[in-house]
Amino acid sequence: MPSLRVNGHDHTFDAPVGQTLAETLRDDLGLTGTKIACGEGHCGACTVQLDGIPVLSCITLVHTVGEREVTTIEGLKDHPLVDAFVRTDALQCGFCTPGQIVSAAALVASSPSPSSDEIKHRMAGNLCRCGTYPRIEEAISSWQG
Amino acid sequence: MARLIRSEKEVEGRYEEVWTLVEEDALDQWSAGPGAVVGRDAPRLDGYEKARGEARYTGDIKLSGMLESALLRSPYARARVAKIDLAAAAAAPGVFAVIGPGEVWGVDEEVHFEGGAVAGIAAETLAQARAAVELIEIEWEELEPLLDADEAVKRGSTIQDSRSYERGDYEQGLAQAEAVVEAEYTTQTLNHNPLETHQCVCEWRGDSLDVYVSTQYIWGLRRDLAEKLDLPQDKVRVICEFMGGGFGAKNGIGNYLLLAAELAKRTRRPVRCALSRREENVVGGNRNATRQRVTAAARADGTLTALGGEYTCALGWEGWLPPTAGPVQLLYACENVKTVEHGAKLNIPPMAAFRAPGFVEGTWSLECVLDKLAAQLGVDPLELRKLNYAHADTMDGRPFSSKNLMECYRRAEPHWERRHEVRARSDEIWKRGIGMASQSWYGGGGPPSYAWVRLGSDGRANVVTAMQDIGTGTRTAMAMIAAEELGLPLDRVEVQIGDSARGPFASISGGSSTLPSMGPAVRSAAADAARQVVELAAQRFEREEGTLALQGGNIVCSDGGSWPLEEITALLDDGQILGKGARGPNPAGMRVLTFGIQLAEVAVDVGTGEVRVEKIVAIHDVGRVINPLGARSQIEGGVIQALGHTFSEHRLDDPRTGTVLTKTLDAYKLPTIADVPEIVCDLVDEPDTHLTNLGSKGLGEPPIVPTAAAIANAIRDATGADVTSLPITREEILRALREADAKTKRKEPVAAGTS
Repeated sequence: MPSLRVNGHDHTFDAPVGQTLAETLRDDLGLTGTKIACGEGHCGACTVQLDGIPVLSCITLVHTVGEREVTTIEGLKDHPLVDAFVRTDALQCGFCTPGQIVSAAALVASSPSPSSDEIKHRMAGNLCRCGTYPRIEEAISSWQG
Repeated sequence: MARLIRSEKEVEGRYEEVWTLVEEDALDQWSAGPGAVVGRDAPRLDGYEKARGEARYTGDIKLSGMLESALLRSPYARARVAKIDLAAAAAAPGVFAVIGPGEVWGVDEEVHFEGGAVAGIAAETLAQARAAVELIEIEWEELEPLLDADEAVKRGSTIQDSRSYERGDYEQGLAQAEAVVEAEYTTQTLNHNPLETHQCVCEWRGDSLDVYVSTQYIWGLRRDLAEKLDLPQDKVRVICEFMGGGFGAKNGIGNYLLLAAELAKRTRRPVRCALSRREENVVGGNRNATRQRVTAAARADGTLTALGGEYTCALGWEGWLPPTAGPVQLLYACENVKTVEHGAKLNIPPMAAFRAPGFVEGTWSLECVLDKLAAQLGVDPLELRKLNYAHADTMDGRPFSSKNLMECYRRAEPHWERRHEVRARSDEIWKRGIGMASQSWYGGGGPPSYAWVRLGSDGRANVVTAMQDIGTGTRTAMAMIAAEELGLPLDRVEVQIGDSARGPFASISGGSSTLPSMGPAVRSAAADAARQVVELAAQRFEREEGTLALQGGNIVCSDGGSWPLEEITALLDDGQILGKGARGPNPAGMRVLTFGIQLAEVAVDVGTGEVRVEKIVAIHDVGRVINPLGARSQIEGGVIQALGHTFSEHRLDDPRTGTVLTKTLDAYKLPTIADVPEIVCDLVDEPDTHLTNLGSKGLGEPPIVPTAAAIANAIRDATGADVTSLPITREEILRALREADAKTKRKEPVAAGTS
């Protein structure tokens, strides 16, 4: 049976060909922090990291993940960005928030003090219908406290 | 004591006279300005749950034996099922039940818009349910759709009769005018697109139905489901702990709910029904398109003599006629006003309330035409707005419960003053300018709304009410209000919401009404609990009740005595104090409205038509601000949604077939973080002392109302070009620039830089 390494734990899974990583995470592993909002790679709500790189799990086939380490929002619960998002009110309904934080965590890992342009460029794939964008920028700018 | 009154009930601009049960509201207003908790920034109580992915939304609910479902929807705007065979679908792998046309409310043989449902299937997995839908053998008889709004109105295909309004003598008002500006404006169809689509899980327990659902109105859904299912209301339990946005789309019932309930009944298993994003973009509700002809007339000094508007709203097959003429009727003091609104019934998906329905569309045209008028008269647009200030209700002369729009105008002055400097930064390519637009909207809320406050032996409070928090932060606001009244720090207050079986009736999260409806009820429940503590403390400490108060987690006495609250609550053992509270009546004989003004700074590339919004200033008067941090988020969110409405969002329908062309989030363009300019928020924060014990109005909707017009007016200020249709595309800018250019060549006056 194939296996998947998620947030530091190994899981075996049994999925038909064509099943997405998002479905496996949510339905088989119970990791429902990863949200599915469009199911076709347009909104970023399902963002997870593969070896630290943000990917859209709703259009990533689970059988293509292989050895790569999957990091979901559940693996980032203690990330300082979580505090920053709450402190700056960078969330309203909260549905896009896990995906935002997963993307932002990849951003600050590669660029700890990103410029405004860099934030806008790297976060533009994560839609927020409530319009928390100014707060998200503030959260990422001030994530180190 | 409760009493019955005859009162005016308002939901999103729709008024009706109803009997309302109200309880007296005996509490004095808190003084203006920040208290110990209220009026100070507070991060959301549920922030960590949401940020860590722990908040459980409807889609995260997984019940034992739960089935998934899928619907067969019409690909045609108007059609009839000529033949349908469900046998192959019923025999498909994993399928548990199939429902055909006519078996459930809203699932019919004849469909009147694309996406109309004709069948539903429950299967073990979503993939199986969807695969089975493909196996339904169906023959459609296509019918001719009615798609043109003007044609529909002409033929009498309307939802509600056309609505006419007149005050004064409109024709005489036009005759008195020095300048008359008349122009046609259009607005596009817009989709709410909350990131969480419409969805539910239905589970029967005995003869009772549990419904987990993403809804803006737990109690309305309970009532409507009970009615449709012919059940007593207490047999329907509606649960919505967290929801991923609604913006008006989730105010009411939908056929997907009835379908899930029926499938659950037949299979004796819980059934989920979740709309896909593509379904959401077709049948999830929309802000209807409009065509508007608006007239503004004034004397030489800018005094308005007449305002008129004719509005045609493309409502779709169902819905209601939003108050598109509202802004013309009530934003300015003008004696002579005449409006007529038509609601075309068409073979396109039904509209739904969308964040200030009607007022977003109507403010766009009014505030554009007003600036054109100011330019023609050579009157400063801010002065024009001050000059025509409505000091009492324009419809019937009633006083306002509170109105601080003049203070908003005063605060707008320094931003407007920047126009000289901003314009001066223009060059050959980029023209810069500033525009403004005023705003009014409802947002007073009202009774009935109820809350309980439990005070435990550990000295902690729990606010219990079956309301929903659609993302606006009302959960946190309720905790703040209770904490303030109980003299407790915020971290000693919890809030239980989102379950009709676990709390009293709460009002809809729509019409900017949650806070002004629920807040006063929570405050009165907390006050009731506090009174009971004081009664006990008076006996325990042998003091007069009148000398005791709750403060900073203590019971304090005017003689200097102070005891931790727990000294009294511990006497309860495992028991609790229960405070009950209700929303009092709205002030009789007064008009309750919200107000504001926004200014936009833009740069326009006159070669390509590109527009850059560089700054939006949003100044609003919504009474007392409970949580400034959350209020700022509401304003920014409203402005950003308005930016989408202004520039990028457009649900395109095929004009020949009436089918939706923009079904995905790459085709329907929501704003991204890269589209957001600097947004300056300024709230007047003056309690409305007539409204309730809280003095707060709603803030969800006002900030989305004036933005588009402020931007259009800034574009005119920068370039002289009059944009008249939303979204403002580059094509529209270039068209307007050519038109302005042609006017200049004819030596007609243009608007640029007239003040």
